[in-house]
Amino acid sequence: MEVRFRLNGEERSVDVGPAQSLLSLLRDGMDLPGSKNACEQGECGSCTVVMDRQAVCSCLVLAADVDGADVTTVEGLSNGEQLHPVQQALIDGGGVQCGFCTPGFVVAAAHLFEGNPAPATDEIREALSGNICRCTGYGGILRSLEELAGR
Amino acid sequence: MTTTTDTQVRGGIGESVKRPDGIPKVTGNFAYASDLTAEGMLWGATLRSPFAHARLVRIDTAASLAIPGVHAVLTQDDVPGRKTFGQIVADQPVLVDGEARFWGEPVAVVAADDPETARIAVATIEVEWEELDPLVDMETALEQDEVFRYAPVRRGDQQASGSVVVEEYYEVGTQDQAPLGTEAGLAIPDGEGGIDLWVTSQWTHEDHDQIWRSLDLAPDQIRQHPTGIGGAFGAREDMSLHLHLCLLALRTGRPVKMVYNREESFPGHVHRHPARLWYRHEAESDGKLVRVEAKMILDGGAYTDTTPAVVANAVYFAVGPYNVDSVTVDGYGVRTNNPPTGAMRGFGVVQACYAAESQMDRLAAELGMDPLELRKRNAMTTGDAMPTTGQIIETSLPTVEVIDEVAAIPLPPPLDSDDPLHLPGGTGLTTTPQYVTRGIGYAVSIKNIAFSEAFDDFAEARVVLTPSGVEVHTAAVEVGQGMVTVLQQIARTALGIEQVAVVPADTSVIGSAGSTSASRQTQMTGGAVLEASRALRAVALERGGGDELNSEGVWRDGALAMSLEELCADGPLSEHTRFRHPPTVEPDENGQGDLHADFAVAAHRAVVDVDTELGLVRVVQVDTAQDVGMVLNPQSARGQIEGGILQGVGLAVMEELIVDQGIIRNASFTDYLLPTFLDAPDVEMVLLEEPSPWGPFGAKGIGEPPTISSTPAVAAAIRNATGLALNRVPIRPQDITGT
Amino acid sequence: MDIDRPTDLDAALAALAGSPDATLLAGGTDLMVEINFGHRRPEHIIALRRVEELKELNGTIGSGVSWARLERGPHRGLAQAARTVGSPQIRAAGTIGGNLATASPAGDGLPFLAAVDASVELRSATGSRRLRWDEFLTGPKQNALTQGELIHSIVLPDEMPTRQEFGKVGVRNAMVISAVMACVVRFEDGRTRVAVGSAGPTTLRMRSAEDLISDEANPSETALSEFQRLVSEEVRPITDHRSTEAYRRHAAGVVARRLLERCLV
Repeated sequence: MEVRFRLNGEERSVDVGPAQSLLSLLRDGMDLPGSKNACEQGECGSCTVVMDRQAVCSCLVLAADVDGADVTTVEGLSNGEQLHPVQQALIDGGGVQCGFCTPGFVVAAAHLFEGNPAPATDEIREALSGNICRCTGYGGILRSLEELAGR
Repeated sequence: MTTTTDTQVRGGIGESVKRPDGIPKVTGNFAYASDLTAEGMLWGATLRSPFAHARLVRIDTAASLAIPGVHAVLTQDDVPGRKTFGQIVADQPVLVDGEARFWGEPVAVVAADDPETARIAVATIEVEWEELDPLVDMETALEQDEVFRYAPVRRGDQQASGSVVVEEYYEVGTQDQAPLGTEAGLAIPDGEGGIDLWVTSQWTHEDHDQIWRSLDLAPDQIRQHPTGIGGAFGAREDMSLHLHLCLLALRTGRPVKMVYNREESFPGHVHRHPARLWYRHEAESDGKLVRVEAKMILDGGAYTDTTPAVVANAVYFAVGPYNVDSVTVDGYGVRTNNPPTGAMRGFGVVQACYAAESQMDRLAAELGMDPLELRKRNAMTTGDAMPTTGQIIETSLPTVEVIDEVAAIPLPPPLDSDDPLHLPGGTGLTTTPQYVTRGIGYAVSIKNIAFSEAFDDFAEARVVLTPSGVEVHTAAVEVGQGMVTVLQQIARTALGIEQVAVVPADTSVIGSAGSTSASRQTQMTGGAVLEASRALRAVALERGGGDELNSEGVWRDGALAMSLEELCADGPLSEHTRFRHPPTVEPDENGQGDLHADFAVAAHRAVVDVDTELGLVRVVQVDTAQDVGMVLNPQSARGQIEGGILQGVGLAVMEELIVDQGIIRNASFTDYLLPTFLDAPDVEMVLLEEPSPWGPFGAKGIGEPPTISSTPAVAAAIRNATGLALNRVPIRPQDITGT
Repeated sequence: MDIDRPTDLDAALAALAGSPDATLLAGGTDLMVEINFGHRRPEHIIALRRVEELKELNGTIGSGVSWARLERGPHRGLAQAARTVGSPQIRAAGTIGGNLATASPAGDGLPFLAAVDASVELRSATGSRRLRWDEFLTGPKQNALTQGELIHSIVLPDEMPTRQEFGKVGVRNAMVISAVMACVVRFEDGRTRVAVGSAGPTTLRMRSAEDLISDEANPSETALSEFQRLVSEEVRPITDHRSTEAYRRHAAGVVARRLLERCLV
């Protein structure tokens, strides 16, 4: 069936499968592989997108239900060569190793900073408590974002 | 010994150079194996055994094959060449060979137009099983002589005894590497009977060497390519879907992609060996260790995988970095019908270190000695003999120093907050400060670097000078650890040229770099790149007739003698090298010999807050001092160490595969708990730079030590807070409450 | 698969009337997990996220109210529970109605609803009915919804306890299914209600413990210990891969006591 929604600022119309998640639609149907599949249960955050101004797990959104929504993926946060401040911060601060969790962190952190330009350390930690990283121990991610928050 | 002609260049060693793959990773453009696609691609899926042990009575694929959109359904009968695979012993069937020996063992694979059709195709395969009793207890397996490897150590006077004796039994549960990127790959037939493969791996050449045999092809008909890997930690050391992909692609004549979901990933790769360890430490009343005796059983699961090497490691590092003249160790890797086990960061030393360091604290208590004083009194250093193998340590080994340095790191302030984020139980609001007891614990470890026991361990690299800069060609796998960055830095410093690109190479264009494991790539591929770079520099200087080389070219007496373009007038200059570490030998019948190539020590201190009534633990801070030889990239080193520590914390307090009659009960991230942002302790570190004799610029590998003594440090801290014995990790709330 | 995407309550009820055994989709945090792993393939889905009437939060609690909103109040016990649900991403999408409908013994919102004796308003195209929480939750993952019905809202009693405290025991500090959890509420006159989750086939009220402590205006140390003991006895936990019966019994008693002590301050 067909769904129409706003994706990274553009109106899109696409066919979706009946049991398909938004994550699968993005990756396999719309050539946007930035959002990652690491658990498909909402337990890792690597598929995080912003939908209707909320950061949610795209693996838990039914593609058929995305009709009328406004979705931003990691691909929508950079503009050609121009990186989102969160993206630059993670590179500068050593917040990236294997990078598989990184798109999810980028989206979740960008969402946090949009509502709160200078989050406290504990706010950062709790806001990102739904994003699992197995490589960094979270230290580099935290320092990157604290730097961005002006500390 | 080379004279120091390495020049100061921007982005060289010692700087926190940014990752070259950072931008693609933060923008979502980095191509992991699971992101790859190809025109006309089919999707693969796997039928797995629902039993830990069962006879495959009958399998009928006709109905599955008849489904529209299904292009192939393959079983073991369809394997044209060697029917088994395996790194050390090729004993694992490519697909079940009449008997499933572990829960989740692959039985058949399908290729279909899309993932949903593939899933239905798998569900439509008709299978009849006869369930058999699974062998699930490792001690029973030992009694039944189901042994992959027995590794003994006998050193010194076997009758020696001390006046103080501490004897105890320990257990380590099954940890999973749980890299976020699951098993994934794409195989593309080349139309001439051969195949190109991109797949999650830690060692492309080793995989390749197994693959051609099972496909009954010539080695050069298969090319295994580097690809993006979403973490490994040992899970990618053994093959998973490699052969299945190739078989499907060759059968259908089309590209085939397969990605394991998380549920499938758990049975789909090897895990850390669960272990049972019996230890006896004897010492004099002044704390001098007299004798260590240990018996350890590691559950090797259904197939050999890397169990022989893991058991050996556990045995040789059974004592830790301490001088002892009388040592007896018996280590067994046994075969069961439990899920497969193999490499995981720390590789056998994790299990032994947990037990050995627990013993040291017990011994200190028995002696009435400070636990650090006991360790320092027996600490090894350069020139001492390994207590287990007798090998004389020739590398730096600052054991006393790492202990002193970690102890000198300031402790965190006492708990002084009502904020649930700073209390055990977190936002669950179970705990207020009055219920909290703080504990502090220490542990120390020694780990080998690179492969051992006469393994032919080498790494190839090719360094090429072009008019626009330098290329480093290597098959070494980057799994996130930052090797690509460090190789750039090494080449820059050695050549004095800033423009350096690391070019990942497939198996057909360069020889093996060896495994990305055993903390070896910095020293091995880094060593190869350094050697080739220095050779290249010598060639360039000679051709240019000068004494300095930099980004502009060769200089003589302060003037540019020949530009890069001129140097490359006849084509790029290239130097290829195959780098080996000092040779190691096989152990004799007593486990004696120079078995290891290099060593590193680390010390950890953990501070925990424990709600003893509920058994909830908050790991407040884990500090470390680590013997790193030379810090090539401070930011990168910090990242590796913090990441490794958190994996050690995970094993201490929350990570365990619950295996019941051979079946994994918690094969999901809902119930296999990885530490979150709110579980991560603060980490302070001191990096000791006492050079390795053969690491590039003296650098040592750093990946594993953080994961090794962090676990026993946390356990020791919880013991300190609770007064409990706690002989098993992970420590669960009910272990603390005793209910 | 068919999907209806109603934009108001009447349309939702009409769709449900037309397809009484359709699967209702709210936040998707439970249903999508089942779909992703092939355990469920609904033939007809009615998506409720566009129905504003289900999101009201003044007096009643609309079934479509998300955990993220509940975290911000106005009910303290429920806000505390909401903060522990899953992750920020889960809280943004998941709803209290979904939590009720899934009816897991480990449903994080259920102990609060049980402790305050909330009722559940069910609507269909032909009418409505109201069930008390324990009439609605009929067993582990079982509820009293009949075909053609959806959860409209949660109705709270006019008289709500002034003191409310929630606690959840888990092995890690985020995204955890509880080993055990509890909600304790107390009125000014001392009436106390205690509900425990993850320690029985459904959320349980600790009647004996409640009776004991409701009579005590200033409970003594002895009374508190007895209260704790009664809770430990009254729960009906099992041993599973997450925890053991013995630990759950013990922890339920400890947590209930601590929550009560906070209510007494």
